[in-house]
Amino acid sequence: MASSIRVRATSNGDITEVQTLIQHPMDTGLVKDAKGALIPAHYIRELKFACNGRDVFVANWGTAISKDPYVKFSFKGAKKGDDLKISWSDNKGGSDETTAKIA
Amino acid sequence: MKARTSLLLGSLSAALVALALTSPRVIAADKVDPVADAKAFQNFFFQKFPDVKHEDFVNGPYSMNEDMKRQWQEKEEFPPYEFALDAGKEMFSTPFKNGKTYADCFANGGIGIRQNYPYFDTKEGKVVTLELALNRCREANGEAPYSYVKDEMASLTAYMAFTSRGKPMDIRIPDDPRALEAFENGKRYFYTRRGQLNFSCASCHVQSPGERIRAEILAPALGILNAMPIYRSEWSGMGTTSRRFITCNSQTRAVPLEPQADEYRDVEYFLSYVANGLPISGPGARP
Amino acid sequence: MTTHTGPHPTRRLILQGAVSVALIGLGNLPFAPVRAAANDKYPEEAFKLKNEADAIKALYGRTAEPSDKIKLDAPEIAENGGVVPISVATTLDKVTTISFFVAENPNALAASYKFPDGTIPAVANRLKMAKTSNVTAIVEADGKLYSATKEVKVTVGGCGG
Repeated sequence: MASSIRVRATSNGDITEVQTLIQHPMDTGLVKDAKGALIPAHYIRELKFACNGRDVFVANWGTAISKDPYVKFSFKGAKKGDDLKISWSDNKGGSDETTAKIA
Repeated sequence: MKARTSLLLGSLSAALVALALTSPRVIAADKVDPVADAKAFQNFFFQKFPDVKHEDFVNGPYSMNEDMKRQWQEKEEFPPYEFALDAGKEMFSTPFKNGKTYADCFANGGIGIRQNYPYFDTKEGKVVTLELALNRCREANGEAPYSYVKDEMASLTAYMAFTSRGKPMDIRIPDDPRALEAFENGKRYFYTRRGQLNFSCASCHVQSPGERIRAEILAPALGILNAMPIYRSEWSGMGTTSRRFITCNSQTRAVPLEPQADEYRDVEYFLSYVANGLPISGPGARP
Repeated sequence: MTTHTGPHPTRRLILQGAVSVALIGLGNLPFAPVRAAANDKYPEEAFKLKNEADAIKALYGRTAEPSDKIKLDAPEIAENGGVVPISVATTLDKVTTISFFVAENPNALAASYKFPDGTIPAVANRLKMAKTSNVTAIVEADGKLYSATKEVKVTVGGCGG
C-alpha cells in the first residue's frame, strides 16, 4: 500500500522548503451520506515534521482542513540529503509516517 | 449595342445562377467540412478572447479569470489529482492475471498517445474513446470492466494524459462517410438545446465562457477535453469525460445518457477534433 | 487528634487565596508562560468552540492586536468553499505559533501551527469554509498576539450538499 503522505522537500541554500499532501478524508462529522446518515468525523489532528532529531514544524488541525490536506512551510538548518520525518495521527487512532530525503 | 449588352449580361447572369446551382463549391456549404468547422471554431474563441494565449484555452475557467487563475496555480503546486495519478501509474504497470498489461493494447505501449483519442474505428464504424479502449483492453484480457465515470478509470486516464502533456491534440477523420457522420452527429448534439433549462452545450461553453452561471465561471468549449480527466473540488474527487458530460446534462435538467452512449462518443469526437493543435493538459484540477 | 496533624483550617484557606492571587498576577505579566507554547498537547477544547473569540481565548488566554506586519493571502472569492488556499507570512520576530480562524464556520479554529527556532514564520494551507466569512490569522510572537483579517466570499460552500 502506497504511503498516504507525499512530500517535496527542496533545499535552497540554508532554507529547506517543504510541501506535503496527505491522502485523508478529513470528514467534519456534519455531512450526511446518500442515505441521510451522518458521516462520523474523521480527521487528522496532529502532523509533525522532524529533521535531524528535532521537530521543525507541528500542525494541530481541526475538521476545517480540506480533504487531502496540503501544507507548505520552510525551515533553516538542514542540507541536501538530510532525512525529514513526517508523521500524522487522526481522531480515530489512525496514523502514518514516512521519511523523505531533502533534495 | 446597348440592348445587346444587357441581353448578353442577362444571359450571363442566368448562366452564373445556373452554374451556382450546380457548382460543387456552393454545395460544399451544406457539406460536412470538419477542417473549416475547426478553423471557424478556433477563430471564434481567439477573436472573442484576444488576450488569452491560444494554448491557455486548455486550462478552462482559469484562462478566463485572474483571481481564479491564482488559486489554481497555488493548487497546482501540489495538485489534488496527485494521488489518482500515482494510482494510475501503478495500475497501468501492474499485469493482468494473464500476465499482459495495458501497454499491450495500445500503440507505443500506451505512453504519450492521449492526443489521438477518440479515434474513428473504420472496422466498427464508430468512435472509440480512450475510456472505451481501456475497458475493451481489460475485457479482452479476462478482466472486469471499470466504471466509466471515476475511480480506476479516472486514475488510468489521468496517467495516460500525464504522459501526453503538451502534445497537440491530433484527431483524424478518416475518409469514411460514417466518420463524417459521427463528427456531424457530435456537432449537432453540441448545438442542440435540451432539458428543462433549454440549454445546449454551446449556450454555456461557446456563448458565455468566462461569465458566471450562479457561482461558477464557465469554461470555454475550445480545449475543454484536453484537460480530461479532472479533479473537481465540487466532486471532491476525480471524474472522466463521461462524468463531465453526464453532470452537464443533469445541470441543465436534461436526462443524461449512459456513459459511452453513441451521442457522447460523437460529441467527444467533435469537441476533440475542433481542439486539434491545442496541447493536452490533463489531468486537470477544476472548481 | 486531627487538629494536631492537619493544617489549621483557617491557614489552609489563606494559603489557597494567596496562590490564586499569585496566579492572577502572573497572568497579567508579559513574561507569563504562554499557554499554547508551553502546552504541547492537542488543543481539544479550542477546536470544539463555535465562537471565534472563545476559541482564541481558549487557545491563547488573551486577545490579539491587529498588525500590518502580517501578510494574509486569501482569495477574494473562493472558487470552492471546500478548498480555499490561504497563506500567511510575517516579518514579526520570535514567532512561536500561527493559527487560522474562520469566524462563520461551525467551529472557528481551523488550524494551529507551531514554529520551533529556525522555522520561517510562514505557512500555506487549504481550508474549508461553510460560507462567506472573515478569515483571521493570529501570530504569536515574543509572547504577544497579533492578528490579520480578510474576508473571503464563498458562493459554493465547503460542507457538502
